[in-house]
This record gives sequence, structure tokens and C-alpha cells, in this order.
Amino acid sequence: MSRIVILGAGIAGHTAARHLHKMIGKQHEIVVVSPNPKWNWIPSNIWVGVGEMQEDQVTFDLAEIYRKTSIQFHQARAISIHPQGGAESDKPYVTVEHTLAAMGGKQENITYDFLINATGPKLNFGATEGLGPEHGHTVSVCTASHAVEANHKLQRLIEELRKGKAGTIVIGTGHGMCTCQGAAFEYIYNVDHVLREAGVRDMARMVWISNEYELGDFGMGGVHITRGGYVTNGKTFAESLMVERGIEWITRAHVKKVEAGKIHYEKLDGTFHEIEFDFSMLIPPFAGVGLKAYDKAGEDITAQLFAPNGFMKVDADYTARPYAEWSARDWPRTYQNPTFKNLFAIGIAFAPPHMISKPMQSPNGTAINPTAPRTGMPSASMAIAVAHSIRDMLNGADQPTHHASMAEMGAACVASTGANILSGTAATMTVYPVVPDYEKYPQTGRDMKLTFGEIGLAGHWMKFLLHHLFIYQARLKKGWSWLPD
Amino acid sequence: MSNKVLNREPYQQAYYPPAPTGFTRYMRTSLIWQTIRFMVINIKMLRLMAKSKH
Repeated sequence: MSRIVILGAGIAGHTAARHLHKMIGKQHEIVVVSPNPKWNWIPSNIWVGVGEMQEDQVTFDLAEIYRKTSIQFHQARAISIHPQGGAESDKPYVTVEHTLAAMGGKQENITYDFLINATGPKLNFGATEGLGPEHGHTVSVCTASHAVEANHKLQRLIEELRKGKAGTIVIGTGHGMCTCQGAAFEYIYNVDHVLREAGVRDMARMVWISNEYELGDFGMGGVHITRGGYVTNGKTFAESLMVERGIEWITRAHVKKVEAGKIHYEKLDGTFHEIEFDFSMLIPPFAGVGLKAYDKAGEDITAQLFAPNGFMKVDADYTARPYAEWSARDWPRTYQNPTFKNLFAIGIAFAPPHMISKPMQSPNGTAINPTAPRTGMPSASMAIAVAHSIRDMLNGADQPTHHASMAEMGAACVASTGANILSGTAATMTVYPVVPDYEKYPQTGRDMKLTFGEIGLAGHWMKFLLHHLFIYQARLKKGWSWLPD
Repeated sequence: MSNKVLNREPYQQAYYPPAPTGFTRYMRTSLIWQTIRFMVINIKMLRLMAKSKH
């Protein structure tokens, strides 16, 4: 019997766990380590952040679900990986620290035959002074509890607006190197929607601020779709939607500092500006969770396993090249670590070879460009590919048998722009592939038959359906494996 | 004082992007049209997922 340890129980980690359990759970041991007791369907946090849903509608207790299976669950934080074992044994292991109060921070070594790093990101609010709900002046929708707090503050603002006090709302990204613009994009439209429903929209100035070069970049270098007889860049539609809802926008911005009620930002042209706000939700930049690695002798080999940003190196081509020489071929296919073949990293935890959007720098040397997105559907695809590869390697394959390159997979994004079963809308966007491949698709880098976007009520129904479908599936309810991931 | 707009400043951020017509806005929440679009979007997503599996 072999043991597969999965670090993290988000979309990537939990998807890998349930597929491994289904395929090999009876023959092998599957262990999940996550510091969080709850699973969170993060795409619906934006509805918690405007009061359309409660926290318990987007989360569930992981231990309760894993108890129904043979999966062992440790509520613990991974601290270090020891891929060659230690002084006493050659068996590789991971050191974890329990986060359950009853365990009192106890540390434990868990040996493994295969390790999947799916730890997700550290929400790096500390990268911008004054950013974030804990030590700063902005709110967040990155976790369900953050979204609950965001809604409390939003409702307070709505009360003020009702009393006739005008207010400014600023939503977007809180640093020049952020990804996940989509969550902020959804949130600003949902805030707009609830303000309209409350009859106070005309009292609020709404401003979008982001590190994108143009609206609609989303860290993928933008996207082209076919509409009205033209192949048109998504920027046109993103700007159209902003104008339609009366939202101003600031792009090419790096938020440098947030004070109570004031955001300081630098633009790509090197100029410095300020904007005052009454309510602000800014997404933080992401970093690795700070896992360390040690060799058999106890020497620190973190730099061998991880990129400087804390994400784990996999089978990508990390050779530094100018933007013009970047290729779809640079992106990882199997997510296997090149040194330790029983080590994989998926979801946000793997180190991308480079960004997708073009790197940009202000004259002051500040990097202002979105980093590559790798959440949601791509995360789940990587998890499934790695789960199948591990199954086959346990059965004798000498290398991974499945691949899921972001340059060979599509992604669907349904961005809510207002939650109502009859009057709500959402922008539905699909893109194939996520990383543009200009060798295969010379004009736009993408397959135009599979890349499309539209706004409408159908998108809202889709988003609502996906919310229930993915939570049903993640709870391992009857027939979950028949549902699409 | 009248709030009637006599002229509009052209060279502003909001001046350039295309604006949806009334018909386009109506179709976005038309139950019949959106039911059809719901089916079309589902088919497109299933095709996307099929092509993404390796």
C-alpha cells in the first residue's frame, strides 16, 4: 500500500483527493492536509460580499465529508518537505503543524510515496501598506469570512447613501503584480446591482482600478472574440459594460499605499495619484505559502524546489527569455517536479514559467502587469491529470501518463453582473487555450470557435447552476463523478 | 435651474465604447432568447471541456 499526501484542500487539492479516492482509495492511503477546516467555493464569495448568500452556502466542513470516505484528513499547515527523508530513514516526508485548537500547534512528520502540493496562495496583503481587512483599510472577497465582513461594511455604506451622503466606491487590484481580476470584476458589478436595487446608485461614484494594461486583460493578455462581423478585443466589451453601468476606470495602476479613505497609486507612465474612497475592495497579490524544503542531511534546498516567489517548480521551461520568444511550449504539462519524480504541484501552487500578459514597468522601475491566472477550471483539470498519472505510476508507469497544459486547455469564466433569477445577468466567457498559442492560431493565439463571450440572463442561470453543481460534487454526493469538473 | 443637457463633452472615457441598443438590452433578459442561449452556452462549454481533456 502506498500513501499519497495532498497539501491543500481547495479546488485543486480536493479535486485530486476525490479522484484518487475514487480510483485507488481501496488499495492505497490518501491523506489530505489543510490548515482550513472548511472547503470554500470561492467563485460564489462575491455573492456573500453583497449579502446575496450566507457564508454557510459557500462552505462546508471538510472533516465531515472525508469521514464518509477512507481519506484521512489532517487540519494542519504544511511547513517543510523532506523529499529524501531524514537521518533515520530514506522515506520522504512532510512536516506539518496542526491548526486545530485541541492539537495545540503540535508538529508531525507524515511520510509519503507521492506528494501533491496544492497549497494555493498566500494572500499577500503585506505587499501593499494599508491593504486588506486585517491590518489595512480595504475589504476582500478572497475568503468567505472576508466576504462576510465586506458585506457588513457595504451595508453600512448603503445606509449612509440612503441618508443622502454621497460616497465613492473603489474596487479592483491592490498591487501592480496581482492576478484574479475576474473576482474584482464580478464584485464591482454585483455592488452596482445591489446599489440599484437599494435605490441609491446615483449617490455613489464607482471606480475600477487595476494593474491591467487595458480593461479585459484578466492576466491572459486579453482575449479576442467574434462579434458583429469583426474579431474584436474584449477590451471593447469590458469598457462598454463599465460605461453602461456608469463605472469609471483606472488601468495600468499599481496601488502603493492605502490610508483610511485614501488610495495612493502609481501609473505605468510613472506619475503618482490619489483617490479618496468610502468603501474599497482590492484583491491582494498572491505568493507561495512559504513551504521550505530540506535534503537528507538537513540542508536547505528550498531554492531547488521553489521559485523565488514561493511557487513550486514543475516541468515548465523556466529559461529566461524576452517576451517575443515566449511560447506555449514553455508551460508545464505534467506538473511533476523535475528533480523529485514523486512530487507534483497543481493550481496556484505551481510556478508558471512566466506571465501571459506582457511584462510592463513604469519609468520608476515598478512592475505593473497582471500575473498569470491559474484558478478554477484549469486547477481542476491539472488535479485530474495528476491524479490519473499517479494512479498509472502506482501501476507501473515510469512517468506521468496524463497532461493538462494551460496552452492546451480551455477555461470558462462566468462573471456575475447581478444576481436575480429573472433580471440578473452574467458575462459568460470561454477561452481556448488559456495561454495563447500563436503557432497554432496565428491571428489571435486562440481557437475562435471555442473562444466567445456574451452577457445575459443565461449567464446568471449558468453561474447559479455551477454554484450548486460544484458544491454537490465537492460534497461527494451520489453520482458526483458523473458530473463535469 | 434646468438640468436639461444642451451639449455633451465628447473627449471623455465614456464617450468611445459601444453602447448596447434598447433591443440588445431587452434580449439580455428575454426569457425565450435566454433559454435558447442557455442551451447554446452549455453546448459550447461541453465542447470546450471535451477538447481540454488529454
